[in-house]
Amino acid sequence: MTTLKQRSILPGFGLTMGYTLIYLLVIVLVPLSTIFFKTATLPWREFLSIVSSPRTIAAYRLSITAAAGGALINSLFGPALAWSIVRYDFPARRIIDALVDLPLALPTSVAGITLTTIYASNGWIGRWFEPLGIRIAFAPLGIVLALTFVGLPFAVRTVQPVIEDLDPESEEAAATLGASRFQTLMRVIAPAMLPAILTGFALAFARGLGEYGSVVFISGNMPMRTEVVPLLIMSKLEQFDYPGATAIAVVMLSISFLMLLTINLLQRWSSKRLMA
Amino acid sequence: MTQESSTRIAIRPGRPATADPALFRVLVEAAAMLFVALFLLVPLVAVFTEALRKGVPVYLAAISDPEARSAIYLTLLTAAIAVPLNVAFGLAASWAIANFEFRGKNTLTTLIDLPVAVSPVISGLVFVLLLGSRTPLGGWLADHGLRIIFAEPGIILATIFVTFPLAARELIPVMQAAGTSEEEAAVMLGANGWQTFFRVTIPKVKLGVLYGMVLCNARAMGEFGAVSVVSGHIRGYTNTMPLYVEILYNDYRFAAAFAIASLLTILALATLALKSWLERRGAIRIPQTQADETERVAA
Repeated sequence: MTTLKQRSILPGFGLTMGYTLIYLLVIVLVPLSTIFFKTATLPWREFLSIVSSPRTIAAYRLSITAAAGGALINSLFGPALAWSIVRYDFPARRIIDALVDLPLALPTSVAGITLTTIYASNGWIGRWFEPLGIRIAFAPLGIVLALTFVGLPFAVRTVQPVIEDLDPESEEAAATLGASRFQTLMRVIAPAMLPAILTGFALAFARGLGEYGSVVFISGNMPMRTEVVPLLIMSKLEQFDYPGATAIAVVMLSISFLMLLTINLLQRWSSKRLMA
Repeated sequence: MTQESSTRIAIRPGRPATADPALFRVLVEAAAMLFVALFLLVPLVAVFTEALRKGVPVYLAAISDPEARSAIYLTLLTAAIAVPLNVAFGLAASWAIANFEFRGKNTLTTLIDLPVAVSPVISGLVFVLLLGSRTPLGGWLADHGLRIIFAEPGIILATIFVTFPLAARELIPVMQAAGTSEEEAAVMLGANGWQTFFRVTIPKVKLGVLYGMVLCNARAMGEFGAVSVVSGHIRGYTNTMPLYVEILYNDYRFAAAFAIASLLTILALATLALKSWLERRGAIRIPQTQADETERVAA
């Protein structure tokens, strides 16, 4: 024990650590591992035929492009919003700051039916695009917008603390050295924000890949066309096709864990930048 | 000081070096406001407009319907079980992680965060695979009269899973920042572990605990995907509010769907208000008076 843990006069390590590990095991690790055990019972050939079927491939492709599209929109507008909240003073700044987390606080089914209603061809926004021949709800574009909504807080909240911590002295130094404000923004501030923007992109992308609630209403769920991976897993489950659902889920889960690793690396890079 | 000295040398006197050109500012602010309006304000207004579209009586009838009441009850019950369990876990985990140095700490915090990375649908699926009536464990439980999947216990379990890290991930940094010197002093003065925990630690981190509870509660009451997988959609029996919203919407009862949705939206807004109030009170900020220099170096 002493080699694993440094000595401390505080009591309770055994109790709290024991409880932490048991609870973690029971609630998270055992349930998550079933998905890998279940996959292991699938014959390799069957597994391959499920995950490489045209419908599955189409779902993976749509999930990845839509999540990337949403994350990209967020990475363009999110930093602008974070910059405005930190650096500028405008009416209701505090309220808008608090509202940024709305997509995390609002149940996804509420977001889903609301976005669908707004972007349907007779909706508040959808009706302006209908005459132009642009369909938003029940089309891939609607999925991108739903995923933009759910990823929004990540793109803002990763960049915001970085802007708050920017040292005004480096901007002043740039100015005294003759840089224009635009040069300072591009050469001093943008590089400092870049790791955080990439982290925000990765977080929004990861969230978008797995998103179900806000997408299920707006997508229309047409196989091959507007069916994202979580919807495909759901429809396999509704037909009690557990092997199919599990095989698709295990690939999805592996991608998610890979994203988690990437995000950890990005965050380490980002905090190293902050220290320097 | 630095501000004054630099303006004297600055190329454009009278304007601080950190001020942005007017055009830049207008463009950035316009982009930000468009984003806020399109993705945050319009949906908010739409929920309440749609909910009241058929008038207040229809709205009141929708939220007092027996099915609505049973959904509200199950939502409250789920949160009442999931939140205390996960906050207790968060306190235990943060005590172990913040107060002690041990090997594998980073691995442990990564494992605690895992459920956040898992798609809600997969979070539900794992419990169907583990406890569904055709599985060994689920079958055994069903023989003893305990149905988990397509019943309330499954909903509660899936909710505990998705909200699992939410309190812990807020509490760990708060406890780390609060340092251990007061706890060490208490122990040296003869307090036992529980006394130290309840009289020294809890008062120090109480706002952080409340913050974790608020976040955990919002997700517990609002979870949809995971709960949808394990619920089996049995009407008036295994519906939480977010699931009931879906059922009403798919039945084309839009005003009723948005009426229930408006209750959840009010909950979300209350969560945000409470969260931002707690942040202003310094719930998750590093308490500067408490962390002494040595701990800051150690951290």
